Amino acid sequence: MSTLNLTQAAEYALEVAKRGGADQAEASLHQGTGLSLTARQNELETVEKHNDGQIVVSVYNDHKTGSASSADLTRDGIKSTVEAALSIATFTGKDECLGLADADCMATNLYDLDQDHAWDKTVKEFSELVLECEAEALRQDPRIVNSEGASISSYRGSGVYANSHGFLSEGKGSQHSLSCSVIAADENGMQRDYWYDANRNPANLQSALEIGRRAGERTVARLGSQKIGSTTAPVLFDPVMAKSLVGHLLGSLKGGAIYKKASFMLDKIDHTILPEFFNLSENPHLKGGNNSSLHDSEGVATPAQRSIVENGVLQSYILGSYTARKLGTQSTANAGGVRNIRLSNTGQGFSDLLKELNTGLLVTELIGSGVNSVTGDYSRGAAGFWIENGELAYPVEEITIAGNLVNMYKNIVAIGNDTDERGNTHCGSILLESMTIAGS
Amino acid sequence: MQDNSFFDTAASVLLEPTGLETHHLETLLGRLCDVQGSDFADLYFQYAKHESWSLDEGVVKNGSFSIDKGCGLRSVAGEKTAFAYSEDLNYAAILAAADVVEAIGRRGQDSAIPSLKRAQSRTPLYSGVDPIQQKADADKVAMLHLADKFARGKDTRVKEVMANISSVYEVILVARSDGKLVPDVRPLIRFNVSVIVEENGKRERGSMGGGGRMGLDYFDPELIQEYSDEAVRQALVSLHAVDSPAGTMEVVLASGWPGILLHEAVGHGLEGDFNRKGTSAFSGRIGEQVASKHCTVVDDGTLQDRRGSLTTDDEGNATQNTVLIDKGILTGYMQDEQNARLMGMGLTGNGRRESFAHLPMPRMTNTYMHAGDYVPEEIIASVKKGLYAVNFSGGQVDITSGKFVFSSSEAYLIENGKVTKPVKGATLIGNGPEAMQTISMVGNDMALDSGIGVCGKEGQSVPVGVGQPTLKMDALTVGGVEL
Repeated sequence: MSTLNLTQAAEYALEVAKRGGADQAEASLHQGTGLSLTARQNELETVEKHNDGQIVVSVYNDHKTGSASSADLTRDGIKSTVEAALSIATFTGKDECLGLADADCMATNLYDLDQDHAWDKTVKEFSELVLECEAEALRQDPRIVNSEGASISSYRGSGVYANSHGFLSEGKGSQHSLSCSVIAADENGMQRDYWYDANRNPANLQSALEIGRRAGERTVARLGSQKIGSTTAPVLFDPVMAKSLVGHLLGSLKGGAIYKKASFMLDKIDHTILPEFFNLSENPHLKGGNNSSLHDSEGVATPAQRSIVENGVLQSYILGSYTARKLGTQSTANAGGVRNIRLSNTGQGFSDLLKELNTGLLVTELIGSGVNSVTGDYSRGAAGFWIENGELAYPVEEITIAGNLVNMYKNIVAIGNDTDERGNTHCGSILLESMTIAGS
Repeated sequence: MQDNSFFDTAASVLLEPTGLETHHLETLLGRLCDVQGSDFADLYFQYAKHESWSLDEGVVKNGSFSIDKGCGLRSVAGEKTAFAYSEDLNYAAILAAADVVEAIGRRGQDSAIPSLKRAQSRTPLYSGVDPIQQKADADKVAMLHLADKFARGKDTRVKEVMANISSVYEVILVARSDGKLVPDVRPLIRFNVSVIVEENGKRERGSMGGGGRMGLDYFDPELIQEYSDEAVRQALVSLHAVDSPAGTMEVVLASGWPGILLHEAVGHGLEGDFNRKGTSAFSGRIGEQVASKHCTVVDDGTLQDRRGSLTTDDEGNATQNTVLIDKGILTGYMQDEQNARLMGMGLTGNGRRESFAHLPMPRMTNTYMHAGDYVPEEIIASVKKGLYAVNFSGGQVDITSGKFVFSSSEAYLIENGKVTKPVKGATLIGNGPEAMQTISMVGNDMALDSGIGVCGKEGQSVPVGVGQPTLKMDALTVGGVEL
C-alpha cells in the first residue's frame, strides 16, 4: 500500500468525496518532522524525535457537513476518513450558511513568503547549544540553585489545502525555538522565571547566551517577592503580558462569539472602543513573518494589511466564511485565526512608562483564566514589581488585578515602543490608568 | 475473564493488522536497551478513536471523527530519556524509530531482555465498551436536541443553547523491558450544555456537563435534563451578581468540583518529577505538617468508571489509592517509573501520557479530600463576613513558589452566617502550603465532580477527577473589584 504525496492525497480525498455524493469538500494536510531536546543541571535530559502527518477532511451536502481526520495517508486510510465524514453529514442538521468559502474569494496569486528555514545542526550540536543556554542562566547569580532546564526544538513541515472549487495551495513552514527556566532561592523561598525565543528562521533567534542570561536575571529579580495590601493603582503590563490584553480583544471580535451574541464587543463596529492613539492591524503578507500566508484556512485571499482598530474605532470583526454569512457580510479571511498582529505605540520607552506610571504595579506574570468573555469581567492572579517614583521598588506576588475589559481598554493611557517581536502579536508595554489590586 | 479479552482486543487492534508478533516486540525492546546506560525501556502502542457532535441554534451543525494510532519508543538511562514514535504500526517503521532512539541515546552494549509475558492485572475498573459504536449516530443527535429542548423550556430568558457530546475509545498495549506486557481498553465520554441568557440587555453564560469511562447509555434523559437545568440556573444567578469584594477574607468552598483547589494548591506540587528535581514548594517535606490536621488528601486512580481512573497507568503499572496528606502530614508523592526509581520510592501508578507521541510523567488521577465532621450549614454559619464559592472555571499553579489561583464562576457573599447576594466571578489566590494550613472546618459531605476535568502539564492534556467536602479557609485572597 503506497503512501501518496500530500498533493496527491488531497486530490484523492476530494475525488472520493465527490464520488460519495458530496456537493462540496475540502482537505487540509500536513506532514513534518522535528527534534526537541532538554537539558537540566548541565546534563542532557531528553531527546525526542517527532514525525507527524495528518489529513482533515470536511464534506458538505445540501448545507449539511461532516468532518473527519486521520494520520493514515494511504489510499485506504484517506478513503475511510472521507467516508466517515460523509456518514456524519447524513446525520447533521442543515444550515444555509455552511459550505466552502465563495469561489470568487479564493487566493489566485500564490508566491513564497519565506516561511521555511532549516536549522542545520546535528543532535550533538543542538545538545551543545541547549547546555550552553542553561549554563549561562545558572551562572548569572549564586542564588540560582536549581533549574527546570533549557529546551530547544526544531520543526519543519509541509502542508496542502485543497477544495472542490479547484483551489489548491502547497506550502512549507518551519518553527525553531529555545527556552530556559531556572530557580533561585533565598531565606524567603524559591522563585522561578524563564525566557524564550521562537522564529521560523533560526538566524533570527536570540542567542542561547542571551536567552540564558535573561532567564537568570528575571528569576533573581523575583527573590524576596512580597504581598501588598489591597488598593487601587495604575498598572503597567510588560510587553509579554500586554499581548494577553490584545488577545482578549481579538477573542471578543471573533465571528463565532459575535453571532452567538456571546461577546462584550457586540454592535461596536464604527464605535470608539479604545483611545484615539490605539491602532491595531493584521499583516498577513509579511515576508518571513511569524505567521504569514496568502490565504486563510478556507483558501480565501488575505489582504496585505487590514486595520482592525483605527484611531480607537473598531473597523471590523474577525470572520471566516461561515460566521460572515451568519452576520450577512463578507469573510475577512480569518478562518483559522489572525496573522501577524501589530499594535501602534505612543512613543515612550519602557523607562519613560515607569516614570509616567510613577507609583503603581508593573505586571510581569499573569496566572489563571479569570476572564468572562461574555461580560468582559476580568480577575487574574498576578506577579511583578511595585513601582515607586518611577523606579522598581520591590517584587510582588500572590495578588490579583481586576476590572472589566470594556473599561480597561478605554483606560489605556500609553503604549510603549518596547515592542516584543516574538509570536503572532507584536506589541509594547501597555499602561492602564487604574485597576483594583487585591492582596493582604 | 475480562482481562484476557483486553489482551485479545489489544492484539487484534494493535498487532495483528500489521503482523506484529511478540518476538518483534522483544527485538525492539532489545534495541532500546542497547542504548548506553539504559535501565528501562518500553513500547507504548495506542489506538484512539474520537467522535464529537455539537449543536447550536437548535441545529447539530457539525460532527467530527478521527482515528489516531502509533507506537512510542522510549529508553531511560538514569535521568536521561531518548524517545521517538511511529504513526505507522508496520514493523519496519517501528524498527526505524528504534534506530532513532538508539542513535540519539548513543549505542552501548548489547543487552538481553526477558521474554514478554502477559502481566497479571486486576479486574478492569470500567467495561471495554466502545461508546462510539454503542449508540447510533441518530441517537446521539437526538440527545443533543433533547438538551436544547430542556434548556429552552426551562426559562424564556435562555437565548442560546450549545451542547456537545464526545466519545473516545482507546486501546493500549505496553511492552516493557522487564518482560511485562499490559493491555488496557478505555472508554471515555463527556456531555456538555452551555447556555446564554439575557435579561434587560444583559447577557451571561452558564454551563454544566459530566461523564466518565462508560458507554453513552449513561446520558439518560434525566441526566441530560439535570445538566440543562443546572446550566440555566448558573447563568440566571450570574445575571444578578454584584461586584465581588477584594481582599483577604474567610472563604467557604462548596463540595465537589471546587476540589480543583486541591488539584492546584497541593496536587501538582506532589508530583514526583518536581520533587525529585527539588523544584516544588513541597520538596523534601515528607513527614512535615503541610496542611491543617483536618485535611486528608488522596489521589485515587481505582474508582469504578470515573473520568480520572485507570485500570493500568500508561507504563503498565496498576493505579492505586495513594494517601498524599494524612491529617495534615505530608506522606507521599505521585510517581512514575523513572522518578520512583531515581528517588528510591515505591510506584504509585501515576505514569500518564497524552498519547504515544508524548513522554509519560507523573500525573494525577482522581484527587480528593476525605470528609470531616461538620454539617455544611454550620460551616457557613460560622462566617461573619466572607465568600461562599460554589463553582469554578479553572485554575493554575506555580509549583515552585506554591502560588495557585482558581477562578470562580458562581460565588456568594456570606454575611453574619448567611449566604446573601451572588457575586461576579472572582479569582482566588493563595500559597499552597500556607492556604492548606488555614483550613479550619471540613464538612461531612464529600462529593466527586461530575466528570469534566482536564489537566494540562508541559503541553500534555489528560482527563482527571477532583472532589472534596465543603470546607472553610480562614484567610484567602479574593480578587474582586470592590475594595
